[in-house]
Amino acid sequence: MIETEGLTKKFGDLTAVDSVSFKVEEGEVFGFLGPNGAGKTTTVRMLCCLISKTSGEARIADYDVGKDSDSLKIRKLIGFVPDSVGLYDDLTAYDNLEFYGKLYGCTEVQRRENIERFLKMLGLWDKKDVTAGTFSKGMKQKLAIARALIHDPRVLFMDEPTVNLDPESAKTVRDFILELKKEKKTIFLNTHNLDEAQRVCDKIGILNTKLMALGTPQELERSVRGRRTVIQLEKVDDAVIAALKRVSRGNTAVDGDRLTVDVVDPKKENPDIVDAVVRAGGRVQSVTVLDSSLEDAYLKLVREAA
Amino acid sequence: MNLSKSWTVAAKDFKVFRRKKNILASTVALPLLVSVLLPAVILYSTNRGAGKGIPDAELPILLPAFIFFFVIISAPLITAIASYALVGEKVEKSLEPLLATPTTDGEILLGKSIAAFLPPMASIYAGATIFMALMDLVTFPKLGYYFFPNWGVAVTLLLLAPLAAILSVEANVIVSARVSDVRAAQQLGVLTTLPFAGIYLAGELGLISLDTNTLLSISGLLVIADVLLFFISTATFRRDEILTKWK
Repeated sequence: MIETEGLTKKFGDLTAVDSVSFKVEEGEVFGFLGPNGAGKTTTVRMLCCLISKTSGEARIADYDVGKDSDSLKIRKLIGFVPDSVGLYDDLTAYDNLEFYGKLYGCTEVQRRENIERFLKMLGLWDKKDVTAGTFSKGMKQKLAIARALIHDPRVLFMDEPTVNLDPESAKTVRDFILELKKEKKTIFLNTHNLDEAQRVCDKIGILNTKLMALGTPQELERSVRGRRTVIQLEKVDDAVIAALKRVSRGNTAVDGDRLTVDVVDPKKENPDIVDAVVRAGGRVQSVTVLDSSLEDAYLKLVREAA
Repeated sequence: MNLSKSWTVAAKDFKVFRRKKNILASTVALPLLVSVLLPAVILYSTNRGAGKGIPDAELPILLPAFIFFFVIISAPLITAIASYALVGEKVEKSLEPLLATPTTDGEILLGKSIAAFLPPMASIYAGATIFMALMDLVTFPKLGYYFFPNWGVAVTLLLLAPLAAILSVEANVIVSARVSDVRAAQQLGVLTTLPFAGIYLAGELGLISLDTNTLLSISGLLVIADVLLFFISTATFRRDEILTKWK
């Protein structure tokens, strides 16, 4: 559904996005993670045909981003939630959506149905005749999401949709993204909320001008350090350490009576490790598997890039 | 170019303006003030006796210059609205989602221009109609004929005023790219009043005569200026420029 190949954007001498390539399948939720200034918003703006690309290729539903004749077609099939909600504070919630519905070419019936449907889904139907300027941040964000969906787009771009929201509003937005995922909408989510990315995304790209990593949340977690097995013993001695090194190729660390071993697949490796420790005379008190987190992956990649 | 989309953009702006009392007030008040004040000046300052006041014979020279006020006030009226339509939308960050819709830059710009052009022009025409009616009422006993309407007024209101308004809209588009608050946009936009105020002064000082031929010549120059500014403003109002270079 979304495909880029060497997508690059330069502002004068500054390279904001450097040769980024990725693919997002239809119905997938793709998370774009990166620190501030990493090029996430610039990438989304290029994909939404808001700014031109410097080089590279990008396609949305087989339409070429950057080709004038395809630009309007792309904008018809996408919805866009910018990082600033950009609502008309003097207009009611209904009028805000009605205006965008008209610009997207929806018929009167479609507009009426979609406005009601999305305002109800987002819990704003009771506020339809209230001016947007009186809304809370969370309500404004929900209205901005409804605005992006008014024409029932196949692809939805969301730029930091939960930033500055209270936990409850952020959860409502995340739950709504999951609802949209059920409807097989392709969602491109810019975020630096790792927990959010882990919860809702099928695939994640970590960007810091260049694309540092790409994969499922689980793949990215494993790519950093794999996992660790922590064995608590009554006492650690040389025989136990030697036995451990014979069965495990991963790094081993000793901390008092605790052994920490890097493993790739704990289910396969742990029985042999524990068996070797016991045979060497070790008295095992507990065995714990520690997963590396997406946060570990993210921080490692971003620090490497810096 | 899909004109219905431009009209949708303009209609939205009309809705927003209706809720902004300061815009409504300035759009209605200024032409109304001019339309009532100038006939009042003539009423109280002609033939006050003992050589005081404006002599009746001066009226046919003064009155065409007075109608020129409606050209002069077009710039501040347009600026009051255009600054909200463009800079206001930029400040409220609503331009980005608007630009993400399947609407061309030209359609948006035309919609914004209609929104900035129509209310002030309607107000100017309403004001000018009141002005002419009141002025005829005041001057008929002195002149013995109805001075308005005439060809000079037709050229001023139907040609010069819209051309000046278009110039002001275009100037506001260019200004919008350089400023980041509505007040600064208004201050700069009002500068388009200056050439017309200059023409008015030149007429009053007797440097030029504001007869129909002069008005037509000024209109011709305005057409050239409008065309030039059209190209500059459309080059300024491109989504790439707006999102990356506008202040």
